[in-house]
Amino acid sequence: MSREAILAAIKNNQPAYQELPDLSGFSHAGAGDPAAFKKVVESLGGQVFEIASFTEIQPLVAEHYTDLSKVVAIEDAYLPGAATGWQTGDGRQLEQVDLAIIPGQLGVAENGAIWVTEKEMEVRVLPFITQHLALVISKDAILPTMHDAYARIGGPENGFGAFIAGPSKTADIEQSLVLGAHGAKSLTVFIIG
Amino acid sequence: MEHKHQEHAALADTFNANEPRVNWHDETLWWVRQKRDRMAWSLPEWEELREAASRIKHNVLGNLHDYLLEFEKNAVANGAVVHWAADAAEHNKIVLQLLQEQGVKRMVKSKSMLTEECHLNPYLAEHGIEVVDTDLGERIVQLAKEPPSHIVLPCIHKKKEEIGELFHEHLGTPAGNADPKFLTAAARQHLRKEFIQSRVAITGVNFAVAETGEMVVCTNEGNADMGAHLADVHIACMGLEKIIPQRKHLGVFLRLLARSATGQPITTYSSHFRKPKAGQQLHIVLVDNGRSRQLGREDFRNSLKCIRCGACMNTCPVYRRSGGHSYHNAIAGPIGSILAPNLDMKEYADLPFASTLCGSCSNVCPVKIDIHQQLYKWRQVITKEGYTGKTKAAGMHAMNIVLSKPGLYKTAGGVGRWVMRTFPAVVNNGMNPWYKQREMPAPPKDSFADWYKKNRK
Repeated sequence: MSREAILAAIKNNQPAYQELPDLSGFSHAGAGDPAAFKKVVESLGGQVFEIASFTEIQPLVAEHYTDLSKVVAIEDAYLPGAATGWQTGDGRQLEQVDLAIIPGQLGVAENGAIWVTEKEMEVRVLPFITQHLALVISKDAILPTMHDAYARIGGPENGFGAFIAGPSKTADIEQSLVLGAHGAKSLTVFIIG
Repeated sequence: MEHKHQEHAALADTFNANEPRVNWHDETLWWVRQKRDRMAWSLPEWEELREAASRIKHNVLGNLHDYLLEFEKNAVANGAVVHWAADAAEHNKIVLQLLQEQGVKRMVKSKSMLTEECHLNPYLAEHGIEVVDTDLGERIVQLAKEPPSHIVLPCIHKKKEEIGELFHEHLGTPAGNADPKFLTAAARQHLRKEFIQSRVAITGVNFAVAETGEMVVCTNEGNADMGAHLADVHIACMGLEKIIPQRKHLGVFLRLLARSATGQPITTYSSHFRKPKAGQQLHIVLVDNGRSRQLGREDFRNSLKCIRCGACMNTCPVYRRSGGHSYHNAIAGPIGSILAPNLDMKEYADLPFASTLCGSCSNVCPVKIDIHQQLYKWRQVITKEGYTGKTKAAGMHAMNIVLSKPGLYKTAGGVGRWVMRTFPAVVNNGMNPWYKQREMPAPPKDSFADWYKKNRK
């Protein structure tokens, strides 16, 4: 069986053990800068709105998205009257979703990434299959760097989680940046607080 | 299996036949390299991050046996099935069997250089299964029946007009439309159908965490997620060296990867797959294919630290001007030229010589692999093993004789200078490789030794 042969070859060939480096020097004690976060998200092709309460989401959505027929919101408070019953199925039932509004756990100021797990997205494929994506995060959940993000997240609490930074994009055709490859064509971030 | 391929120099000659195309290729990659520089310079701790990444990977190499077992244990506890493949053939067999169990004839795959290395697509095609590559660049080269020419930018060698033509032929887009936005939208529609219909999805793996048994897959397009979350069966194929010890180490690698690759602060999606979703199967195929052997080669084991960002290719003066296909290997460029001779020293004996040894690759490597030094070392190993070309071997042999005998060296130098002065055509012709693309220098009247005798005080 290959497993034993491979493991034996590795054991035989691996170099002397070397200690792991100390990463504590990369960590920050304080919060991340929301202005820096906003700037990066915008540079990635996303748009950011700072809001004081969830009630501001609906008018902003109405203003910035025309032609939405199916909207899915994880929290009823985000968008009263959004579609219901979409959680049932293998994911293919979400093919026609135009906009999904999902809470994010935290944002990273250095790169605009937002951590979302399957607890927030409920159906794993939702943030990817939707035509447009909106993520809602709390202002005090913005952290400086990825090191701080992993320190906050800790061990994995779910089967799936993703850092999402901006809309889906590609530059495979002559390096021309095009938004909307396979995932969401646009990303809106609502920062609340 | 007997097959003949052309060597790097000959393949580069073909690429070089179209000079404007070469200049365009060169400039495009240099532009990506510059984006990388701006990103690197924007982080004051960049060098510390590289050092940390290199040391984490060194720890991995020194403890790989235990980390693999830890990863396997945790992955199984998470509900995944772990397979071990000694080589490409076994990897392909495992994947085929999983597909046959599902009874599928067509499936989606997101970018995985490992499956390229194993030549999975043609193998599955032989067994009646069609693989649809879903990364846009990979789909383009797949339609063109070509391998990727770059590990991050698979169709960097193609002009948009050529892509427009391919899409016209295969996807029915209007003839003559070469607008990247339009073509990307057409590919999105075409591939959505494939994602929705596919019951099996293959993905690569960027990082596998021993501590948690999870895998991280990074894409900008979201194709890995579209495939893996919609399918009933997710097959993740990974080289053994993708293991990292703990989750917190992802902080270091995710900061380095996209910045080094494309000059982005992070990829759009960095997805952490730990457990299969309800009702789904998750299979992980751990592939050796020469990696354990490379681990035992002290001079070359650092190449296993590679995180496949492609920075060494983007900066390489040879890669930029010779194109990825001239490396006749799944992984082109400087790092590919170190990895390939480990797979087959004879087949890839030419690749470590396809370098200026300028060291630019080592300077940009986010995990501090001593790439140019390893290329230099491979040249010595390959020459000792007798895999260099006859002309080069004869030349080296003659040089050895001349350079090791001072008297002979002096005489030969005199004769050489006289011949170059008297019959310049003897050296200024196409038979002389040093004459290609340059004039030979005018021979000095005296040797350095004569000059030194006259001028020393």
